[in-house]
Amino acid sequence: MRIEEHPILDFKRGREIYFYYNGKKIKAYEGETIAAALYAAGIKTLSKSLRLHRPRGFFCGIGKCSSCLMKVDGIPNVRTCITMVREGMVVEDNDMELPDKEYEGCELRKKAVDVVVVGGGPAGMNAAIEASKYARTLLIDENPRLGGQLIKQTHKFFGSRRQRAGTRGIEIAKELEREVMERGVEVLLNTSVIGYYKRSHHFLAAADKINRIVYEIEAKKIIFATGAQENMLVFEGNDLPGVYGAGGVQTLMNVYGVKPGNVGLIIGAGNVGLILAYQLLQAGVGVACIVEAMPKIGGYFVHAAKIRRCGIPIYTRHSIKRAYGDGKVEGAIIGELDENWNFVEGSEKDIKCDFICLAVGLTPSIRLIAQTGAEISFINEAGGWVALHNEYMETTKEGIYVAGDLANIEEASTAMIEGKIAGLHAAHSIKPIDDFERKIKEYMEELEIFRQGYFGERPKKAKEKILEGYYEKMGERRSS
Amino acid sequence: MKRWEREGVAEIEDIRLPTKEQLQKGVAIIECIQEIPCNPCVDACPFNAISMENINALPIVDFEKCVGCGKCIEVCPGLAIFVVKAKGEKATVMLPYEFIPLPKEGQMVKAINREGKEICEAVVKKVRKGKTPVVTIELPAEYAMEARHIKVKAEE
Ligand SMILES: Cc1cc2nc3c(=O)[nH]c(=O)nc-3n(C[C@H](O)[C@H](O)[C@H](O)COP(=O)(O)OP(=O)(O)OC[C@H]3O[C@@H](n4cnc5c(N)ncnc54)[C@H](O)[C@@H]3O)c2cc1C
Ligand code: SF4
Ligand code: SF4
Repeated sequence: MRIEEHPILDFKRGREIYFYYNGKKIKAYEGETIAAALYAAGIKTLSKSLRLHRPRGFFCGIGKCSSCLMKVDGIPNVRTCITMVREGMVVEDNDMELPDKEYEGCELRKKAVDVVVVGGGPAGMNAAIEASKYARTLLIDENPRLGGQLIKQTHKFFGSRRQRAGTRGIEIAKELEREVMERGVEVLLNTSVIGYYKRSHHFLAAADKINRIVYEIEAKKIIFATGAQENMLVFEGNDLPGVYGAGGVQTLMNVYGVKPGNVGLIIGAGNVGLILAYQLLQAGVGVACIVEAMPKIGGYFVHAAKIRRCGIPIYTRHSIKRAYGDGKVEGAIIGELDENWNFVEGSEKDIKCDFICLAVGLTPSIRLIAQTGAEISFINEAGGWVALHNEYMETTKEGIYVAGDLANIEEASTAMIEGKIAGLHAAHSIKPIDDFERKIKEYMEELEIFRQGYFGERPKKAKEKILEGYYEKMGERRSS
Repeated sequence: MKRWEREGVAEIEDIRLPTKEQLQKGVAIIECIQEIPCNPCVDACPFNAISMENINALPIVDFEKCVGCGKCIEVCPGLAIFVVKAKGEKATVMLPYEFIPLPKEGQMVKAINREGKEICEAVVKKVRKGKTPVVTIELPAEYAMEARHIKVKAEE
C-alpha cells in the first residue's frame, strides 16, 4: 500500500519503528500518523459506531470528523489521523469512555500574548506573519505540521504570481512555514484549541493531549482560521470503511505516501474532485470515473481536460445510489438523474472500486468561533454557517477575527490575503501602525481583483451578504 | 451548453489557432478556454508573447512574437499549453507530462487525444526536466492538433 515512486513527491520516510495495535506488533515510520501507519498495514476499520457497532474507517484525515478515535497509551478518544505514531505506542479500540478523562493529570501552562492565531493553514500563517511584524504573536495548530490543506496539494496553484501561482501547494506551505519561523512567531503544534472564554481579555483553552499539557492563553486579539470540513453525502452504505473525504485521501496519499486503494470512484466534479482524480493517477492508483449531479462540470475546465486526456470519464447529471461491500467498499451503483433529481430507471451502472471519495463541498468549521458569541449567520454562497465580519475580517465581537475558509469557502490565494488583512488590522488596533491605510488598501484591492471573474461571482456574493449582515447587526447594536 | 462544459473535452473550434505559416515555425497553442483567475503564463514568457487583459481574462498568444520555446508549458498549472510545429508530413508536439516513468529520448510511445483515446504512434524527441517535465514527440502532421498526451510503457 505504500507509494515507492512518485512523479512529484519524494517520500523521505523516518526511522522504522514498531507499535502495538490491539496487542499486535505493527511496523511504522517515524513522522507518520497512527491512522496512516495502520492503513499501510491494511487495517482500515479504526472505530465502531456507538449504538450499532458498525465499522468506521477514517474520513476527513484532518482531525475534524471523529471516525478515527482510538485509545492511545491509555488515553481515550485520540484522533489517530493527526497523532504521530511513536515507538512502542499502545493503540487499542476505543471503549467509549467519558471525554473528561482525557485531560486528567495534565500539566497547566499559562501564556499571555498580543495576538493568537488559531489554525496554521494559508490564512492563519499569513495572519501570524503579518501580526508578528508589530505584535507578540502565537500560532496554534492541532496538526503535527503547519500548512493546513496546502500540505497535500501537489498541483501547481492558480492565481497571480504575488499569490505564488505556478508554485505547488506543498511548496507554498514550506515557504510560509519558513517565514513564520524566521519572524519568530511562537508556534504550538499538536495543540487543539478547545474553548473560548472572556474575562477582562479574551481567553483560550488549548490542549496537547499526547504531551499532557493544557494551556490557558490570554490575548488581546484572536484570529480564527480553522478552515473547513468536508461534506458528507447521504446514500446507502456511506459509512463503510472505504468511503472517504477527498481531503483525507489526499493526506494519506500525498503526505504519508500510502495508497488509499487500487481503484477509486469520485463523487463531485468540482476542483477538489478533479484535482484528486489527477493526483490518484499520479500515485499510480486507478480512477473508475467521476460522477457529478449537476449538468455541468463545476471545477475549472483545464483540470477536467487533464483527467479526460488520461481516459477518465466524467458523468455529469449522475449520482451514487449506494455503496456495497462486506465490511469495506467493494463497489458502488451509480445512476443518471432526471430534472427532478430522481434516478432514471434502468440507468444504473455497477462500478467496481475499493474506495469512494466524496468531493461534494466543504463547510466552515465554526465550532470555536461560535463559542465567542460572534454573530453567526447561514449564508448559502459562503458554504453554510459563517461568522459575520467587516472588511477588516473583524467579527461582531471586538478583537475576534476570522479568515480563510472559515470565513467563506474559497481559495488558498484569497485565504492568504484575508489572513494578512486580519493580522494587520488586529495589530493596528493594539497599537496604530504608520502606513496602515496604504497597506490595507493594497490587500483589499488584491482581493477585489481575484473575485472579478466568473468563478469569483459566488464568493463575491457571499462577502456582500456577510458585510451586509455585519452592518445590520452592528447598526442595531449601536442604536439599542 | 458547450461540450467542454459538460465533458471536459475541447473541440478544435474552441481553440485559437495560428496560421499555417506560423505553425511551421512552431508556436504555443493555449487550450485555456474558460475565464479563471490565473496568469503565470503571461509572466513566464521571455518574449512577452502572451497577453491578458486582467487576471480573469483568457490568455492570448501573439503567434508572431512566439518562438515556440515552451517556457510557458512548465509553469501552467492547468497543463493547458502545447507547442506545435507542423512542417510537411511530420509534426512535433511539446507537452507537459507529470507521470512516471518519464519516457526516454528515442522511445516509441502512444499519442493520446483529448478524450484519452490512442490515436497513433509517436517517437520521443526530447525530454526536458523542469518544474513540470516537457516531452517533445514527433508524429504524422495530421495528428498535430489532436495529440495532447502520451502513454508510456513501463518497461524499456
Ligand atoms: C483538493 C483541493 C485543491 C485545492 N486547490 C487550490 C488551488 O489550486 N488554488 C487555491 O488557491 N486554493 C486551492 N484549494 C483551497 C485551499 O486549499 C483552501 O482554500 C485553503 O487551504 C484554506 O485555508 P485556511 O487557512 O482557511 O484553512 P486550512 O488550510 O483548512 O487550515 C486550517 C487549519 O486550522 C487547524 N485547526 C482547525 N481547528 C483547530 C483547533 N480547534 N485548534 C487548532 N488548530 C485547528 C487545522 O488543523 C488546519 O491546519 C484547494 C483545496 C482542496 C481541498
Ligand atoms: S512558447 Fe515560449 S515564446 Fe511562445 S508563448 Fe510560450 S514562453 Fe512565450
Ligand atoms: S497559466 Fe495556464 S491555466 Fe493559467 S491562465 Fe495561463 S494557460 Fe490558463
